Amino acid sequence: MTALLEARDLVRVYQGRKGLFGAAAPVRAVDGISLTVNAGETLGIVGESGSGKSTLGRMLLGVDPAQGGQVLFKGQPMPAAATPEWRALRADMQMVYQDPLAALDRRLTIAAQIREPLEIHRTGTAADRTARVAQLMESVGLRADQADRYPHELSGGQRQRVVIARALATSPDLLVCDEPVSALDVSIQAQVVNLLRDLQAREGLGMVFISHDLKVVRNLCDRVAVMYLGRIVEEGPSERLFADPQHPYTRALISSVPEPGRALDSRVILQGEPPNPARRPRGCAFHPRCSLATDVCRDQVPQLARVAPGQTAACHHCPVTPDVRAA
Amino acid sequence: MTNLVEIRDLRVAFDGVPVLHGIDLDVARGEALGLVGESGCGKSVTWLAALGLLPGKASVSGRVTLEQTDLSGAPRDRLERVRGGRIAMIFQDPSSALNPVLKVGRQLVEALRLHRGLTGAAAKAEALRLMDLVGIPDARGRFTLYPHEFSGGQCQRIMIAMALAGEPDLLIADEPTTALDATIQAQILDLLARLRREMNMAMVFISHDLGAVAQVCERVCVMYAGRIVEEGTVSTLFDRPRHPYTRGLFDALPRLHGPRGALTPIPGTVPDPRNLPAGCAFAPRCNRAQGFCQRNRPDLLRQRDGRALACAYPLPEDDAAPDATAPRMTAHQEGCPT
Amino acid sequence: MIRFVSIRLLRALITVLAVMTFAFVVLRMSGDPAEVLLGPDVPQSVIDAFRAEWGLDAPLWQQYLSYLGAIFTGDFGVSMRDRSPALELVLERVPATLMLTIPALLLKLGIGIPAGVYAALHRDSAVDRGVILLAILGFTIPSFVLGLVLVLIFAVTLGVLPSGGMGTWQHAILPAITISIGGIGILARFSRSAMIEVLGQPYIRTASAKGVSWRDVVRGHALPNAAVPIVTIVGFMVGSLIAGAVVVETIFSWPGIGRLLIVSVSNRDLAVVQCILLLIAAVMVVSNLIVDLLYGWLDPRLRAQPAH
Repeated sequence: MTALLEARDLVRVYQGRKGLFGAAAPVRAVDGISLTVNAGETLGIVGESGSGKSTLGRMLLGVDPAQGGQVLFKGQPMPAAATPEWRALRADMQMVYQDPLAALDRRLTIAAQIREPLEIHRTGTAADRTARVAQLMESVGLRADQADRYPHELSGGQRQRVVIARALATSPDLLVCDEPVSALDVSIQAQVVNLLRDLQAREGLGMVFISHDLKVVRNLCDRVAVMYLGRIVEEGPSERLFADPQHPYTRALISSVPEPGRALDSRVILQGEPPNPARRPRGCAFHPRCSLATDVCRDQVPQLARVAPGQTAACHHCPVTPDVRAA
Repeated sequence: MTNLVEIRDLRVAFDGVPVLHGIDLDVARGEALGLVGESGCGKSVTWLAALGLLPGKASVSGRVTLEQTDLSGAPRDRLERVRGGRIAMIFQDPSSALNPVLKVGRQLVEALRLHRGLTGAAAKAEALRLMDLVGIPDARGRFTLYPHEFSGGQCQRIMIAMALAGEPDLLIADEPTTALDATIQAQILDLLARLRREMNMAMVFISHDLGAVAQVCERVCVMYAGRIVEEGTVSTLFDRPRHPYTRGLFDALPRLHGPRGALTPIPGTVPDPRNLPAGCAFAPRCNRAQGFCQRNRPDLLRQRDGRALACAYPLPEDDAAPDATAPRMTAHQEGCPT
Repeated sequence: MIRFVSIRLLRALITVLAVMTFAFVVLRMSGDPAEVLLGPDVPQSVIDAFRAEWGLDAPLWQQYLSYLGAIFTGDFGVSMRDRSPALELVLERVPATLMLTIPALLLKLGIGIPAGVYAALHRDSAVDRGVILLAILGFTIPSFVLGLVLVLIFAVTLGVLPSGGMGTWQHAILPAITISIGGIGILARFSRSAMIEVLGQPYIRTASAKGVSWRDVVRGHALPNAAVPIVTIVGFMVGSLIAGAVVVETIFSWPGIGRLLIVSVSNRDLAVVQCILLLIAAVMVVSNLIVDLLYGWLDPRLRAQPAH
């Protein structure tokens, strides 16, 4: 079976600038990433700011072109952005962003916005489209009487539902969500997470869920990839990866999540600054913050290697330190 | 032990719309108090109002006292001596909370001049010491840099250093880690907890992150729609929440351990402050609400285990189930007395 | 820094070149200087001789090249009317124009910015609304209307100030005020919105929270930030020191650049018009350059970041 989405060795380099007068310095936002999303599967991508996770999300959809490597959708190479083939493919792959208010047109009613992709892709008759909009609104938990509302008349959670309904309008096979619940309050966040969970189970769509919120990712995703400075440092089944993280960065990341009932002192607090993509350390990018770092880490970039069934990690010390647990 | 700060019946309205409906809150010397709730519940407004930091369109009433000093309606210069001196405050987005066109050193020295009368070399030496204290590497070399030359986590460290400049008795930390990355959040929480211990300073930690509150606070207040709905020690409240809203917040949280499965959200949304329900503000979203709750607003009352609770049908205590079906406390009739 | 300045200079040069080309083409497309200067009734031979003398019989591209070549050697040509050097004619009018525009600029800065800042600090008060209303009036009333109204009031009715011409310093009062009113309105509006924007920023609240007095918050924290957008507008006003008085000079018969421009255009006095336009463009370009440099000085975020 071919995977729904396959990325091979993706590279994206920005011409970063150091201020107004400075010389341009290349920033490797995404640096050789390979991953697979199967139909009906949810892949979580976690990482801190500067890890390149949002850039990766746009590359998977072909919005940001890859400068190296290849994206295959249903086994076919991604057409170049803005070509007719690429546009036709939009119906099959959709994106949901963090800020629903920015993603919506404030002058259009929500029904009109959910309808828009149907118009663009000329799906069905006018009556079909009206019926589809009603059905979509119901499936994301919006009331029929809200159809003629404008975005500013809705709450944050309701707006995100509109964005999700619009993304689902053309029955895509792949949904890429970039921090879709980060701007929402806890009680509302749970509503939207459940909605995504239900939709995914019902429609069987493949999903890439990009987030810095580990708890949400663990809850929603089948598999998780952890990114650090443009590379995947660990990947594995959600349950396993959170229970038994292998890479020291993954361990620190999981340990840094405050949970009620766990004292501050028991946590591994990672020292040092978040990584700056413009100044990537030599060797393993994580070594300046890593307590296990040795000479080999300062010298050689570790490659992803199998550390457990279905689980890979890129660390020179992973195989020899299997059982140092953080929590 | 006397209280450091006492807030009595604090009310705030924006353009005539009440958003804070009579808050009573004490902060003891040296204690760490958490203020939890979702956006718009009034947790930040409470302290902005107490320090007179709200914009002019806000109308504030009630009493705020700092030991013997009455802050409510105090003349401007008295408030200005308290701000940053006795009570300091740090904010959510550290990168925009520092003045972008002033060097960080100058911003630190300004606070030292105002509250400790330090100028010149003495001020600079003390500012460098504070930068060291909060963990800014190479403080001397970075004294003359601008805020945009620091990362978000470092900006928050500088904010904290600036807040410590006046050697305050109370630090109000308003969502200090929300805008930061996970590993940096942990660093800042750790720093705040350490500084509070070392400086014997009280702290009010405002956050929507129950986990973070549990880690740095001793006591916690849960707020909903401009009122405190439950208050108690962290262990009482987080082990056995009794207000359905507090419980709902916990249930809605995904977990890092244990089974993965559908979450339990709180249905509906936070009420519009212009259009609050007549009775308990949480009643429309509450699965325990009865007809009584739609019409009557429960008072915040002290319970046997020391917590305060504003609910007519709270979750039962472990040993007490029978009285959970009847209203067990007095309640206001219809509407808000605002 | 050198890179930055050289890029800006190159851009400035291109701007000036564009203005020169535009002026050249438009002036030659819009009428024949020979006919205008010599009148309608002269014989064709005289016209031909005139054209040959001024090089107007050559193809347009040749005229253009020789014009550019002359400018780069510092030769701005001579007036077709009296054969005096165009540059001299123009430069001798500059002081008169500056006598109006510099006091006007000071008025704009001295009244516009404080009014806007004051309005922002007292937002939604009666004063604020008054400032907004006056500002809108200020920049919507055309200067020729305003100039005539002022003349009617102060010269004709009250008789306290002269209605036109150049002589004592009193002669400059009405024209300078007329020039400044629009700019005062624009600056007041702009300063107000810049200040309101800045006052809503989190760092203002931080400054208050650390105990800085409101007066010092405004002076030490708000104004330096509001200065960045205000400087843009001020730069534009400095750029129009030469060109900003055309209409007003005409109304008040003030012998400045503007009057010279009007007269030269109607006479198709090519060299003089081109020279004036060049001067205007040069002043604009220089003031823009200064504004760009000021940005870096006012806002460290726009400066080069040292590696740390």
